[in-house]
Amino acid sequence: MITKRIIPCLDVRDGRVVKGKNFVGIRDIDDPVKLGRRYNAEGADELVFYDITASSEGRKLFIDVLERVASEIFIPLTVGGGIDTIDDFSRVLKAGADKVSVNSGAIRNPSLIGEAARKYGDQCVVLSMDIKRVDGKFTVFGKGGRENTGLDAIEWAKRGFSEGAGELVVNSIDTDGVREGFDMEMLEAISSVVDIPVVASGGAGKAEHFVALFKRLPSIDAGLAAGIFHNEEVAIFDVKRRLREEGVNVRL
Amino acid sequence: MIAVIDYGVGNLFSLTASLKAIGADSVLTGDKAEISRADKIILPGVGAFGDAKRSLDERGLTDFIIGEAEGGKPLLGICLGMQLLHEASCEYGFCKGLGLIPGKVGPLREAANGLKVPAMGWNALKIVKECPILKYTSDGEYVYYVHSYFVPKGDYTAAYSEYGVCVSGVTWSKNVFGAQFHPEKSGNTGLKILEAFKEL
Repeated sequence: MITKRIIPCLDVRDGRVVKGKNFVGIRDIDDPVKLGRRYNAEGADELVFYDITASSEGRKLFIDVLERVASEIFIPLTVGGGIDTIDDFSRVLKAGADKVSVNSGAIRNPSLIGEAARKYGDQCVVLSMDIKRVDGKFTVFGKGGRENTGLDAIEWAKRGFSEGAGELVVNSIDTDGVREGFDMEMLEAISSVVDIPVVASGGAGKAEHFVALFKRLPSIDAGLAAGIFHNEEVAIFDVKRRLREEGVNVRL
Repeated sequence: MIAVIDYGVGNLFSLTASLKAIGADSVLTGDKAEISRADKIILPGVGAFGDAKRSLDERGLTDFIIGEAEGGKPLLGICLGMQLLHEASCEYGFCKGLGLIPGKVGPLREAANGLKVPAMGWNALKIVKECPILKYTSDGEYVYYVHSYFVPKGDYTAAYSEYGVCVSGVTWSKNVFGAQFHPEKSGNTGLKILEAFKEL
């Protein structure tokens, strides 16, 4: 059987990995290639790189980082950030990405999902959603979590699935950086309306949070985190060992 | 020298980089003379079976690769490249393959008992035969799959994985090998499989 995946996420700005809390207060962490190497050795099942730079200079640095990582780390690489067109897909795929994650670009132009799925296969297209509760309703935010799009998250997940996305990443803005566990209520609501892999993101603070995630929500395929892995508070190997002890199928 | 067949299908960055990482000389090419000069061939591929087969046909590579393999040159097909080595597939209508390894390609959706398709992720490899490209691989090691079609476990299966059904992971006939998973994306386990192929 296919295993549950543990995925570290690296936000890259100007060639460096950075991390903020609740999507703000960004600080510098490390060299992406060095971190990628460490995660690969610790047993990460996949690496996600988000390009959070806005400048063209930063974009070039990001491609350079991606090529360096893909030249020495041979596990699946997902890339997101600033993916607005088919040309953006092509640009990162050529530099070694296996999957491409769309977010604001797909909100502006939902047909981008289907267009990319037809050209590169649905396994290649990941729809990443930043979601926050607004008046008790799960609502999609754009522009790195800064802009309320007014879109209903359940409807948007269904739309992404029917357009041809091969995977969903569900980031809870409400639990991001809080480290008290994944947003179970949100994850359950989203994963029950799609029939593709769902990656949970936002809120992991310790290994037990991953155990709770996969035990309570067997339909979730992967858990993603950043800060707790970056600062070595939690080792990926320990998370996977705990999961195996609890009977969750993981690659060890 | 390993010739990686370039026929306009898929993204070959990781495959090229992984061959470099194990110290193998490789060349990305669709040129027959260059493929002839190489002592091994890798046939990669992602996408749909019919499109890929047409792409090989248009470049005059189908019969050429069959000839090279029948002459004894080691050949490794990866993912869709593996499926192409078999007799036929029914993906978007019946399409003949290269027929170098017996067995047919079928849809995973009907076989996988309601599991998600494409099957995407790490799965344990169960070894059923002593196969030269698995000489550094132990039973139960994990490899990375991305696929919607599969070759059922059969007489030519050297290793398989379970996904609601027994999926051929490695198929093998004489000097021709197929890997349904991506060795170039399967960490050290994958690199060791490429290394064993390099050493044939």
